[in-house]
Amino acid sequence: MTLLALDWILMLEKLILIAIIVFASLGIALYTTFSERKVAAVLQDRPGPNRAGPMGLLQPLADGLKLIMKEEIIPNSANKALFILGPAMAMTAALMTCAVIPWSSSVELFGRKIDLQIADINIGILYVFGVVSMGVYGIMIGGWASNNKFSLMAALRGASQAISYELAMGLSLIAVLMLSGSLSLKTIVDQQMAPGAWWNIVYQPLGFLLFFICAMAECNRTPFDLPEAENELNMGYHQEYSSMKLGFYLFAEYVNMIMSSAVMASLYFGGYDIPFLDESTLAPNMAAILGVLSLLTKIVMFLFLFMWIRWTIPRFRYDQLMNLGWKKLIPLALVNMLVTGAVILWQQG
Amino acid sequence: MQALTNRGKQVSREPMSFMERIYLPNIFKGMAITFSHIFKKQPTIQYPEQKREFSPVFRGLHVLNRDEEGRERCTACGLCAVACPAEAITMEAAERMPGEENKYREEKYAAKYEINMLRCIFCGLCEEACPKDAIYLSETFAPANFTRKGFIYGKDDLLIPDKNKAPEEYAAAKGAARV
Repeated sequence: MTLLALDWILMLEKLILIAIIVFASLGIALYTTFSERKVAAVLQDRPGPNRAGPMGLLQPLADGLKLIMKEEIIPNSANKALFILGPAMAMTAALMTCAVIPWSSSVELFGRKIDLQIADINIGILYVFGVVSMGVYGIMIGGWASNNKFSLMAALRGASQAISYELAMGLSLIAVLMLSGSLSLKTIVDQQMAPGAWWNIVYQPLGFLLFFICAMAECNRTPFDLPEAENELNMGYHQEYSSMKLGFYLFAEYVNMIMSSAVMASLYFGGYDIPFLDESTLAPNMAAILGVLSLLTKIVMFLFLFMWIRWTIPRFRYDQLMNLGWKKLIPLALVNMLVTGAVILWQQG
Repeated sequence: MQALTNRGKQVSREPMSFMERIYLPNIFKGMAITFSHIFKKQPTIQYPEQKREFSPVFRGLHVLNRDEEGRERCTACGLCAVACPAEAITMEAAERMPGEENKYREEKYAAKYEINMLRCIFCGLCEEACPKDAIYLSETFAPANFTRKGFIYGKDDLLIPDKNKAPEEYAAAKGAARV
């Protein structure tokens, strides 16, 4: 069935996959907000939300409903089009990352081999970086369009933080790319899955630590949540936002967290690899399903780590943030890169 | 300057050591502390379903007592009103008529007895002053109200239900904890 020289079944297959992944990420993000509150509560000896539904499980729905029902305020002096574009962009950028993440190996359905990855492009990780940097535009546009000096200042804060930490993030990533020799996330995962191969965390512990710190800064998570410091810095770039537009900004943070967890799991923790198990001995479909579960487990563990850190340590001061980014993380990442390169050369020669 | 307590600690102005400057050891220490709190017992009381018990010396809403036969004990002597530091109590006395012996214990009784719960400081001095054991502080407290007037409790609010006729209401007025 080829029309206009297109494989329409492939299109359909990808569309369904996109729908599933987008809605699954949104659903997980919804419940991440809930688990954030639960984790915060448990770490502080409280029970947390437990009134809406059994064990409070309907709480995210109640939160979402509340945000939707709230009055939508667009300030008179705000630039209307950009004001709406801001949260839309933040959300889109957050969701677009999921396109290149290999969720699992392939399943066989109706005699077709379906890859559980929307697009295995050969510059996968570069695409992730490109899209993540677009998220900064969401912040900048939102802060600028609000026509409020505090929003604008917070947006500048956010943008400069994102840019500073993206540098160290990219540098620590280069060491992984030197090991794998490929930018495709699928290839990177496959290399870690190969029998006898270790996960990249074994070769790149420092690289992972740097990447993790930078990912936290990119997601605007505590201790790097200066762009939206709730209490002491006048809210942040979404100060003028209300209703679901505010919800989108807050929600994008959680989607970002999930996506960066997925990227970290793929880069350093073998992606959908199940530790100490040779997947090739299983039936392909079974291996694929277990792979998805394994990746999800890794993501959940990262999410817990994010929350655990958030509810443990206070926020950095802005000068400390910049010092850490430029004077510590970047030199460390450079050293890590040089050492990795030297070791690879030594092994070859 | 002399220290107020011996718990004071000198703030260290020394530059951070290397271990402090890389933050991580202290961050891990902090994370271990927060993680240990996962297993701690939560002190939360799920309020509308569970209620915290009052201490045995709790002084709550006043009740006007009855004797064993269900007669009002108050004789409107006014000692409670005199003892009250907040001047929350007012009363008017009346004489017991023949045929009312089953309602009032003594020849004189309080026709009107009002306590302003917004003035009351729940000190319990009225309870101490009363020679007839007529006023007691229960283990309940005044519920919220929309008007100031609603906080002026009259005799119908204060008088404890008859133990023999309505034991449940009697227990509720005394306060659940002491039953």
